[in-house]
Amino acid sequence: MLKDPHALITHKEHWKDYYLFTLESPIIASQAEPGQFIMVRVSSLSCPLLRRPFSIHSVEGKNIEIFFQKSGIGTSLLSNKITGDFMDIIGPLGKGFSWSQHSKTQDIVLIGGGRGIAPLYFLSQKLHSAGTTPIIFYGGKTKDDIPLKEKFEQKGFTIYCSTDDGSFGFRGLITDCFKDQLKNLTPKQIFACGPEPMMKAISQVAVKRGIPAEFSLESVMGCGFGACWGCVKKIKTKAGSEWVKICEEGPVFSSFEIVWEEQEK
Amino acid sequence: MIDLSVDFGFIKLKNPVLAASGTFGYGIEFSPFIDLNKLGGFVVKGLYYSPRPGNPPQRLVETPSGLINAIGLQGIGVKKFAEDILPQLRKYQTAIIVNVCGETEEEYAKVVDFLNKEDGISLYEINISCPNVKEGGCCPAQNPESTYSVVHLVKEVSARPVITKLSPNVTDIVEIALSAQEAGSDAVSLVNTFLAMAIDVEERRPKLANILGGLSGPAIKPLALRMVYQVVKHLNIPVIGIGGIMTGQDALEFLIAGAKAVQVGTANFVDPEATVKIIQDIQRHCQFNNITKIEDIIGTLNE
Repeated sequence: MLKDPHALITHKEHWKDYYLFTLESPIIASQAEPGQFIMVRVSSLSCPLLRRPFSIHSVEGKNIEIFFQKSGIGTSLLSNKITGDFMDIIGPLGKGFSWSQHSKTQDIVLIGGGRGIAPLYFLSQKLHSAGTTPIIFYGGKTKDDIPLKEKFEQKGFTIYCSTDDGSFGFRGLITDCFKDQLKNLTPKQIFACGPEPMMKAISQVAVKRGIPAEFSLESVMGCGFGACWGCVKKIKTKAGSEWVKICEEGPVFSSFEIVWEEQEK
Repeated sequence: MIDLSVDFGFIKLKNPVLAASGTFGYGIEFSPFIDLNKLGGFVVKGLYYSPRPGNPPQRLVETPSGLINAIGLQGIGVKKFAEDILPQLRKYQTAIIVNVCGETEEEYAKVVDFLNKEDGISLYEINISCPNVKEGGCCPAQNPESTYSVVHLVKEVSARPVITKLSPNVTDIVEIALSAQEAGSDAVSLVNTFLAMAIDVEERRPKLANILGGLSGPAIKPLALRMVYQVVKHLNIPVIGIGGIMTGQDALEFLIAGAKAVQVGTANFVDPEATVKIIQDIQRHCQFNNITKIEDIIGTLNE
């Protein structure tokens, strides 16, 4: 883990509100594991004040990528940065997916909802180079919300897409698309990231069918490295359950650890 | 060579920059980023006698140049602190200050009594001012009598000098500060966070699960500075300035107003190197202005 105040933006792409930045940050790139994240300072001024967390989307040599959706002030400011700008980042942070123990497992399923696809590409890279080809499920509200479809296809992965409005692929939630495919698939391991209701639904299916599943959680974060105790999730522990820091003990937790909220607020 | 040390009488700090409680974890979280030995000291996260679960999320909301938190003082308790954390802190040549919490006066005394037996702690800072403990933000710091009572009890038990950390959520902070001094506090630190809230307009709900939280960050700096200025005028014990300090310039404002030292809080989240950069900024200011001793700046406001 280190602070790199001079991560150079070497490449930028965008599709509507989704952005992909390539950042040159050799040490962070060399240490990063799938599921880990970085904290990005979006402005050198005091507003917005806090850094923003982003999953590491891919690693190629000395470069890392982040993939994000413009959704607030922080991400809007970030989206205005251009190739050649420096970014002040801290990383790699947190504990990632337990992918290495599954490198020989076939029938691994990755499920991403919207911007939640971000960490799963890096995971697919690692799994692929370890000799296993994961199956990808990728859902969004409309066809504009699944811009990375081709990126996975180019890798030769089987990919199932869903859109809420039916503008591409399965009409409906990616959860239902996944359940539908379970008649053809026998997943040995699930890795997922997306909106909490999506992850909760997948967790329920996974537990019912006895499939191990891991989820990368999203949270507002103060610092990203365990100092503020602002980003907690209820996690089952030996003592029962407690509020555990997502940034330090997560962001990846298994379906057996996470206590999902009973009802959406 | 510029002398950055500040002498409190009961302790000499190598420089006037401390890290504030609740924003610096237990200190060790920052060791990957900075050399903790460079700090004047740091105040570890508030400790109750027993572990505390803290509040449900959402615990943080960002507001313009500010941060509202309602962590609820989640923590590991004194025993785990003494067993797991303190041994790691003893190697550092800097002032280690423990922020002491309590739901009752007796709990404050129990925490201090327990920690008295442990080596490696320089000072206690009594947290009579955390606004999150009970709904409505009630705390001993809001009343001169209860401030006196807690400080007096802790001073009776304590084997170490005591700083009292004051809340800004009061009508007259000078009155409370005088109460702490009268009860025997060796110094005061101010301010803790301002009681605050934020509302989600679409949902018409409070953004924080706890409804209310404490505002920190650059947004509160002018308010904190005003309170430090007022308190310094009336006290004869050292005052430590806290509130939205992000830069050396910010720290110097508090020192000029009369604070003997400062605590850096929210800035640590934004930049984990903030404390060290602030020390460097202060040093540069002294160099540029031919100031050889930082103490020569303290309380030099031209009115």
